[in-house]
Order: sequence, then structure tokens, then C-alpha cells
Amino acid sequence: MSLRSPLGRVLGRGSAKEGVHQWLLQRLTSVALVPLSIGFVASLIALPALDYATVVGWVRQPGTALGLILFILVATRHSQLGVRVVIEDYVHSVGLKTLGLVIANFAHVLVAATAVFAVLKVALGGRL
Amino acid sequence: MPERPLSPHLTVYKFKYTLAASILNRFAGLNLSAGLLLLVYWLAAIAGGARSYAQARQVLSLGICKLIYAILLASFAYHLVAGLRHLVWDTGRGLERETARRSAWIIAFVSAVLALILVYCMLRPGAYTR
Repeated sequence: MSLRSPLGRVLGRGSAKEGVHQWLLQRLTSVALVPLSIGFVASLIALPALDYATVVGWVRQPGTALGLILFILVATRHSQLGVRVVIEDYVHSVGLKTLGLVIANFAHVLVAATAVFAVLKVALGGRL
Repeated sequence: MPERPLSPHLTVYKFKYTLAASILNRFAGLNLSAGLLLLVYWLAAIAGGARSYAQARQVLSLGICKLIYAILLASFAYHLVAGLRHLVWDTGRGLERETARRSAWIIAFVSAVLALILVYCMLRPGAYTR
């Protein structure tokens, strides 16, 4: 056990010198998500039906495809940053924390790639 | 990384609704993160063709899924409105105790109304009959 006070331990270390980037990116993605998420939900509400032909026709519109891709990329990045902070705040064991962060990061990249691929396949593909 | 002492948090604060407003935002955000899984499942099913979409639709129209959609819509409404409050805070405004308490009530009210509207638009009986 160290007898040094918490203040004594931190003095002279300087700042961590990183982290501001993530803070800023969380804000930038949240600003971008205001129109993107509202557009996504509004577009879902505007769908007349959810049958296959309607949904495919919807994804094939260039505006929808582009909007979906932007929404997915920004939302997964925002989500990844958010989940990261939650894990960092509430998981205290170093091993579990690292494992959780790795799994969460992999999962977000997987979700983003799968969703973008699916949208492109529908939007650019021929007959499905 | 050197071990850095943490500033005291959570345990040192008396519970108040402003704290509930804050933790609810995290909770809503986590819900929406899980909701992304549902979105990717839906998109992948569309990309998989008519038969895969028909199968996915059976799963996605289960009663339990309707409940999940309602939770997601409410989470979206809250995270959107509470997130806007955070963006205002980031400009340095609205951080005084009185203002922050008032805005906690405002976002609770606005997001509840928005959630009801969204649930009505998407989950009322008769919406998306096909």
C-alpha cells in the first residue's frame, strides 16, 4: 500500500494527453445524428407498408440508400464511443474491461460493415 | 498507463431527479446501441432476398418485438432530446442549478410527448398492415 495521497500520486504526471479527440467526436457525431436519425425515423414512418417489394423499392432510392449508409456509419461510431465510456466507467477489473472494450469495438465494426454491405447490395444489385 | 486516482463520483451525490435524467440518457443510449443490432438484422434480411425477408418478418412481428420497438422509440425520443440538452451544456449555457433542474423537467415532458407520437405513428393497430 502506498502512503502517498491521491493528490501526491497525480501531481507532476501531466494530463493523459489524449481523450479530447474522443470527447469531440462524440459531440460531432451527436450533432450529425440529429438530422440523420430524425430523417431515418421519419422515413420509416412514411413507409406505406413493410412488405418486401415496398421495402426494397425504398432502399433502392438513392436518397434512402445514402441516408441509411450515413446514418449507420455515424450511429455506430457514436454508439461505439458511448458504449466505451459506459464500460470504462462501470467495469473495474482491468481484464474484463479490456475484454469488454475489444468485444464492443469488434461488434460495432461488424454491425457497421454488415449494414452498409446490405444496403449497397439492395441498392446496387440487380434482381434480388 | 500510470495509475491515476479517480475523482469521487456516483457515491458522493445525493440522488435527485437531475441524476435520474442523466443516467436515463445513458440507459437510452445503450438501448439504441442494441437497437442497431435489430436494424442490421432487418437490413441483412432485405438483402438476403424475398424468402429471408419473409422469415425475418415473422420474427420481427412477434409481440415481444412490438414491446422492444416501443422501448426503442421511447429511448430514441429521450436520447435525442436529452442529447440536445447536453449540446447546449457544451456551449457553457444552462449549467446553473436552477436552469438544469428546470430543463430536466422540460426534456422529460418533451421526450414523453415525442415518444407517444412516435409510438402512435409506428405501432398503432393498423399501421403497416402489409
